[in-house]
Amino acid sequence: MSNYGMVIIGAGETGARAAVELRSLGWTGKITLIGEEAHAPYERPPLSKPTLLEEHNPSPAYILDNKQLEEHRIELMKGCKAVSIDKNNHSVQLENGQNINYERLLLATGAQPRRLSIPLSGSQSRFDTSSVLYLRSFGDALSLRRRLEPGKRVVIIGGGFIGLEVAASARECGCEVTVIEAGPRILMRGVPEAIAAIVDARHRSAGVQFKLGVGIAGISSSGGESIITLINGETLACDALIAGIGAIPETALAAASGLAIENGISVDEKLATSDPNIFAAGDCCSFPHPLYGGMRIRLEAWRNAQDQGTHVAGSMLGAKEAYAAVPWFWSDQYDLTLQVSGLQGIGTTTVHRTLGSSGDLFFHLTDERTLAAASGIGGPGIAKDIRLAEMLIASKAVLDPDALARPDVKLKVLLKG
Amino acid sequence: MTYEGWITACEEEDIEEEDVIRFDYGDRTFAIYRSAKNEYFATDGYCTHEKFHLADGLVMGNHIECPKHNGRFDYTTGEAKRAPVCQALKTYPLKQESGLIWIRIN
Repeated sequence: MSNYGMVIIGAGETGARAAVELRSLGWTGKITLIGEEAHAPYERPPLSKPTLLEEHNPSPAYILDNKQLEEHRIELMKGCKAVSIDKNNHSVQLENGQNINYERLLLATGAQPRRLSIPLSGSQSRFDTSSVLYLRSFGDALSLRRRLEPGKRVVIIGGGFIGLEVAASARECGCEVTVIEAGPRILMRGVPEAIAAIVDARHRSAGVQFKLGVGIAGISSSGGESIITLINGETLACDALIAGIGAIPETALAAASGLAIENGISVDEKLATSDPNIFAAGDCCSFPHPLYGGMRIRLEAWRNAQDQGTHVAGSMLGAKEAYAAVPWFWSDQYDLTLQVSGLQGIGTTTVHRTLGSSGDLFFHLTDERTLAAASGIGGPGIAKDIRLAEMLIASKAVLDPDALARPDVKLKVLLKG
Repeated sequence: MTYEGWITACEEEDIEEEDVIRFDYGDRTFAIYRSAKNEYFATDGYCTHEKFHLADGLVMGNHIECPKHNGRFDYTTGEAKRAPVCQALKTYPLKQESGLIWIRIN
């Protein structure tokens, strides 16, 4: 199979990083990167902010431009959809009828926005599901930015990171913004209540309205306007309706190929699927995390997408190392930076450290007084401490809660023990 | 204070060991580093990937890590060390004199 190359399905962050890393590690054969979008690989984090706010025609922030693709001899197949995998013959079938043979295959298919599923309000009403906007791709961001005109009424369903980042951008565009969240507070997943309260207050001071702890009874739409009826009877009319209610791992191709699925494409610690020649990485996969006793997790975060892409390239070439990076993500809203490393849910007690006007840190400790997670909010200066906390998490050092609470005790010192 | 193209950036003690601070001069901005061996270095302030200030990043050995995307540079040479950064960082000559750190930015 010497003429069989490395084939990567999914030309996002993970796929692009894996392709480049395969070259860096010395793979000299073919590398084929198959993507459904019309673009070369680009970064998704800017989509909720600069892409929406840029005054003139924004363009994607490319991870690999044509020159780099050429330089690394990566064959990019844009606008191509893989429809099936023949595991026995090591080949992938594309929608356009082409067959691509592989020596090793990487599934970096990412995730798709969870779609809104809402009853119609009233038997006479209509709800045009195409009137609901989502944000995942550059194309989505372009559709969205056209709707964010000053004075327009924008309703966002979902008080998670995507919803709130879009809310901040929509306010900056001069829209009237309401966020509807079924949970009792925003950011229920992933950040402690104290941080959610700071984010909530910042949005309110910017003029965002919240409807918290209330579900949606129905939606109707006509003539470019949507009417949302809440369970408490209240109605909201809007010119743009955006749903940010989570993401679903893209597993259809893997499932149809008979690969194990478990909250995403199930991979082992080195990111191999149940077929040893097929790997999966990024938002689409769940993996056992060595740092958390082999607990199976799935992450939807930029850094994980990048790091797993890099790691899986090694695994595809035969390396046996486990992927053990500490989970980490960030969100920017207005002038607020929020960063979390680790898995907050594993912690049982929380220690607060104030950095004065620079921000606040929260350390989430296990019963053994090791650090499970750290979250920070404030100015960009919190990044240093969250990065150090990440190293403390990886070190599994037993920590003194009093030292964590004291701003004069440097985390670097705790790390050096 | 300036002489012969050198300007004072800060006092030696303004930077902790193995750390970095920001220095602005006119409309330009720099990052000034102090290594664990008490050597001082200077680079452009912003990461070459996106416009985030490196003075908010973490110094580890000879590396500075961008606070936003964890791209890394060797601050002693400016060399890009970790994705997503691929473009080197500009470095500037420094000297220590009278307890002050002087930088030549032209």
